[in-house]
Amino acid sequence: MEFNLSEEQIDIQKAAREFAQGEFDPDEASDYDRNGQFPLKILKKACHLGFIGVHFPNRYGGQDLGLLENILVVEEFCRQHSGIGVALGLSDFGSEMILRFGSEDQKKRYLPPIAKGESVSSLAYMEEDQTDGFSFFSTLAIRSGDGYLINGKKIFVVNGTLSGSMIVLCQLNKARSEDQVALIVEKNGDKPVLSMMGGQIGMRMVPMVSLTYNDIKVPQGNLIGEEGEGRSQFVNFLNEMRIEAAAMGVGIAQGAFDLALTYARQRVQFGQKIASFEAIRNKLADMVTRIEIARSLTYKAAWDFDRNGGNILLNYMAKMVSAETAFEVADDAVHIFGGYGYIVENQIEHFYRDARMVNVFGESGQTQRLLIADRIIGKI
Amino acid sequence: MDFDLTCEQKRIREMCRKFATEVIAPRAEEMERTGEYPYDIITQMASLGIMGIPFPKEYGGGEGDWVSMHLCIEEISRGDVSLGALLDVTTSVAGNEIYSFGTEEQKQKWLIPLAQGKEIGAFGLTEPDAGSDTAALKTTAALEGEEWVINGSKQFITNTGLDNASIIIITAKTRVEQSGRTTISTLIVPKGTPGFTLGERYEKMAFHASATHEVFFDDCRIPKGYLLGDIYEGLAQHLSVLQTGRISVAAISTGLAQACLDEALTYTTKKYQFRQSLLESQTIPFKLADIAMMIELSRTIYLKAAWLKDQGRDYTLEAHFAKLFATETAKKIASDVLNMYGLFGCLEKYPISRYFKVAKLFEIVEGTSEMQRLVIARKLLG
Repeated sequence: MEFNLSEEQIDIQKAAREFAQGEFDPDEASDYDRNGQFPLKILKKACHLGFIGVHFPNRYGGQDLGLLENILVVEEFCRQHSGIGVALGLSDFGSEMILRFGSEDQKKRYLPPIAKGESVSSLAYMEEDQTDGFSFFSTLAIRSGDGYLINGKKIFVVNGTLSGSMIVLCQLNKARSEDQVALIVEKNGDKPVLSMMGGQIGMRMVPMVSLTYNDIKVPQGNLIGEEGEGRSQFVNFLNEMRIEAAAMGVGIAQGAFDLALTYARQRVQFGQKIASFEAIRNKLADMVTRIEIARSLTYKAAWDFDRNGGNILLNYMAKMVSAETAFEVADDAVHIFGGYGYIVENQIEHFYRDARMVNVFGESGQTQRLLIADRIIGKI
Repeated sequence: MDFDLTCEQKRIREMCRKFATEVIAPRAEEMERTGEYPYDIITQMASLGIMGIPFPKEYGGGEGDWVSMHLCIEEISRGDVSLGALLDVTTSVAGNEIYSFGTEEQKQKWLIPLAQGKEIGAFGLTEPDAGSDTAALKTTAALEGEEWVINGSKQFITNTGLDNASIIIITAKTRVEQSGRTTISTLIVPKGTPGFTLGERYEKMAFHASATHEVFFDDCRIPKGYLLGDIYEGLAQHLSVLQTGRISVAAISTGLAQACLDEALTYTTKKYQFRQSLLESQTIPFKLADIAMMIELSRTIYLKAAWLKDQGRDYTLEAHFAKLFATETAKKIASDVLNMYGLFGCLEKYPISRYFKVAKLFEIVEGTSEMQRLVIARKLLG
């Protein structure tokens, strides 16, 4: 057993923390949040210092490191500001589909611009009326000439307004439900019709869009892997993504906790610092304990992913615990601030909103419990 | 024992439910988005006699009771909580304080327009350094001849920004005794008095239609006769009407929780229509069962507190139970229902996103959960 981070990992964590502390301006962040605007300027700086795509190999602009190193960065970013952290964390959303399964040519074309901040990546998977996981998509890819024609509609597409090229998950013809393909729709080719999904309670710097594909043509060379592999690639991607989302939860919880602790040590009521009241002390103790649990589980899941390719049960657990912890801790943090906590200017309420949305991003805890149960119970 | 509502109570509840469904709910999203106050809705509420329910006819009231008032607050809040909060502050707190402690002249001058809904009242207790610690206030009022001269500030003042807000009832230190003890008194300050200014409107997480401001008093002079009640009992008076306010916040939260359940039932039955029947699963139906149970408990305890008040009995414990339970419950319910919606619940066009963001507020206002527990514990331990 070895619970210490390596020196390199500690350096990365420290560098990410210092970058976030130096570059994430609270007023600027509130503007991005209010306007539903992606923090492109900050992303460029982060990319310049190599914080995005740390898990990409050097030759694609990355640092040749693993998921654990990637999530250390994501955690620190979310800790400093939940909104900016989530946005930067999702700036390479879906790129792992190409990183893990793409051809050499695809990797060379798509990954370096993401690591450089020249392109923000995206993956369109959700659809309307999709209540049972992603076993079937109604968006169809039909073979046509030397490529495919896509028809259908995707919703809650991350980075849809910014994305250069975008990966779209489709059902192949009308074949078996497992017959899915992941296709890259390029920014220079046919464009789907974009519409905004409307204001969000959280993750506002990552505006969600819906995309309608009407006979969108994609060349054969934009198929990731082989036909029929879309589903397994996506399952693998979700595994990695859950761990990253878990790290967002840990960072959000830690950030909210940091502010609440500072506030509790300063705020005087009844002639005492409120941190001297047991009701507040109990809360702070619970918060920090929950964060430690969430972090340990998240790091373990990331370690396992890097070492053994990932354990799905651990991933579900890490995302569930971390996202729920983020929300509970942010809730307690707002509470410790009292009325001040509800005012935007005091920089705590966004943790509450962002935590709630990260909580249902991917799957909600409700779904995860049932998925965990499926795994541990098996057929009965 | 009798758990049935009287005919009049039922009539008021039905009237408010109909009004909330037909008039308020369709406007709620717009109110939250634009932050604009629906003056036309206030006028309609006034013409239904809602603001004056618990006051006598001679003061423009409806001769009703506090049970009716709170049934009304629940139903209105089911449509939109900022309007429920308006009733809380105007009727349960400001109107109630003038009715309970004011002189006949003060009632004629200020209670009647509040009860008739022509004017809106505000209530100022909190200051930057006096939150839960209400006695730590710094605002002062000095008697100079026939006038009080007020200096200081109050914050998080609900409704002060409204065009038809008429008065703010505040606490201030009025004198220092020889022992060093300060006397805290309650004063009625009409909006528009020179030296009274509104600060910037707060940018809040939600609850946008409610115009909340910080207010400043800079040599603000009011006539001596605007002192409300006993000069020595200002804080006690102020806190005693907050006791009624606690029942109101519980009723608001119950209405909010009920709105969440309404949403959950519509959404889940629709979502599962073409899939396995909802009843074949347990996760969501069990949650719905819990939610319905918690709402009924919230409602029962706030109604008991209101009934005790109507009987002229002590309702301290019940008011605190109601405020604590109903607000924590509403927050949990809103969050659970948002979960059922998944990402859709995070889109502001769906009511549940609004319910979620606003639910947290009620755990904090009019005494945080900790203050409720503190009072309950003190009462238990004697």
